[in-house]
Amino acid sequence: MTIILDPTSESAPEFRAPLPRPASLDDMTVGLLDISKPRGDVFIDRLEDLLGQRGVATKRYKKPTFARVAPIELKQQIVTECDLVIESLAD
Amino acid sequence: MGLTLVVKEECATCQWLLPLFEKLQAEHNVSIYSQDNPDFPQGLDVLDDRELAYSWRMNIEIVPTLIATHDGADERRAVGWVRSEWEAVIGASLDFDGPDFRPGCGSLTQDPGMPEKLAARYDADKLKSRKLSLGNEEDEIEACFERGWSDGLPLVPPTEQRVLQMLTGIKRSPDEVIGMVPPDLAECNIEKAAINAVMAGCKPEYMPVLVTAIEAALQDEFCMHGLLATTYFSGPMILVNGPISRAIGMNARGNVLGQGNRANATIGRALQLVIRNVGGGKPGGVDRSVFGNPGKYTFCFAEDETNSCWESLAVEKGFPKDASTVTLFAADGMQGIVDQRSRSPESLSKTYAAALRVVGHPKMAMAADAFLIISPEHERVFKLAGWSKQQVKTHILELLTIKGESLITGAGGIAEGIPEVFADSDIPKFRDGGFNIVRAGGSAGMFSAVIAGWGASGQMGSVPVTRQIPAETILG
Repeated sequence: MTIILDPTSESAPEFRAPLPRPASLDDMTVGLLDISKPRGDVFIDRLEDLLGQRGVATKRYKKPTFARVAPIELKQQIVTECDLVIESLAD
Repeated sequence: MGLTLVVKEECATCQWLLPLFEKLQAEHNVSIYSQDNPDFPQGLDVLDDRELAYSWRMNIEIVPTLIATHDGADERRAVGWVRSEWEAVIGASLDFDGPDFRPGCGSLTQDPGMPEKLAARYDADKLKSRKLSLGNEEDEIEACFERGWSDGLPLVPPTEQRVLQMLTGIKRSPDEVIGMVPPDLAECNIEKAAINAVMAGCKPEYMPVLVTAIEAALQDEFCMHGLLATTYFSGPMILVNGPISRAIGMNARGNVLGQGNRANATIGRALQLVIRNVGGGKPGGVDRSVFGNPGKYTFCFAEDETNSCWESLAVEKGFPKDASTVTLFAADGMQGIVDQRSRSPESLSKTYAAALRVVGHPKMAMAADAFLIISPEHERVFKLAGWSKQQVKTHILELLTIKGESLITGAGGIAEGIPEVFADSDIPKFRDGGFNIVRAGGSAGMFSAVIAGWGASGQMGSVPVTRQIPAETILG
């Protein structure tokens, strides 16, 4: 029997289940995060309209640059002000 | 004080010293370990060391070896037969006829392949990684594929023996932490680096280069997370400077950016495997590149310093000439430049400027960095004219200072471009520090190469990082 050593971080199970989807958006605040990619604001604008028509409260955020992870302060601000966040990832 | 003697029957010097061994055990109570036959020396009290546990622990290289220990610690030893040394260890003169010197024989612990086997047998507890048992019928290489560890090519299965052998290549403890690897921000220590180095096909002597490359990649300014996640083409490129590149046989000359050199191929691959396996960064997961580039399998080479009239990149960056360094650059693939007619530095510089203008997009500026790799035949043009590397660089950058009106959005009928407010400005193609020159390549051929960088070069994304390989981690 061959023994080999695990080359991974050994920190995660093989499959990680995503968080459950919310049953409704009632009384929730949805964060809209623009990652600073060109035309990301177009997508976020439309989402803001659609959510507003449904009476859902929204707040907007923007990363300083798409190339780097969001600053801790921004992440903490979103966590404290919102229940959910939608991030526009693509150009 | 205790006295211990390690012998083997097969050794002629041990046979010749038999009368002395009898005396030593009778008069000085010497413990005798035999490596090959517990009945040798016959008639004496002998400890069986055929498993070589004692010899390995005591690091015996030659038999006979006589050791004086005090409270279990090694105090003094005599190796082979040197009368004066043996008397010094015993602390008394020895009544033994014959010459004062006779060399010993190799310890069985030193037989070819034996140190690796003994390390796996006796040192495996140094390894802390999870041990995975493969099924008897399971193919070792297929098992590595199935567990998702591969970059698409076969991996060398990381057995304990191979990993322990890899760890002999660097003077650092297996549990020393190198850094946190994105995207999972998982801790990478020397042992995890060694496991991935084994899988990539590295030799132990490459470890100091690999570990410094990992350290450089994990510096905040290199922005490995963003580089991994980007839709852009780029991945980490490793440039090695200094004596270690020659000591481990890296290629800096013909086919320098191509296949065929083990150090170039496996060091670059090992870094990618660390990102994949320790960091969890995989294509289709956090790696969102549209195209990637072939260098994302491996992209590692050395600058040709011994054959150039210019100072190396490392010296330009302020490191001493005899320092060994690793530079990480967020790089795309390579774009060749052909110029077989220029014989003046002015003409060749214009060729370079024209080729560099298209990095990213001909109308893109201050975005992607670039490395220009100049071949020996092209360097000669500058050498004959007495141009230093700095002069070449400065001249090319002057040629690449472009009128804003030709770069703005819509100019030339192309929507891509910089904002209109820059129409009246002179715009440098590259940000300050974003253009570097390296001398490498084969001796025949008037070619050079552009290695374009990530579109998010500089403070907003990735900055090239150069780190010195600490001399104390290198063997020899």
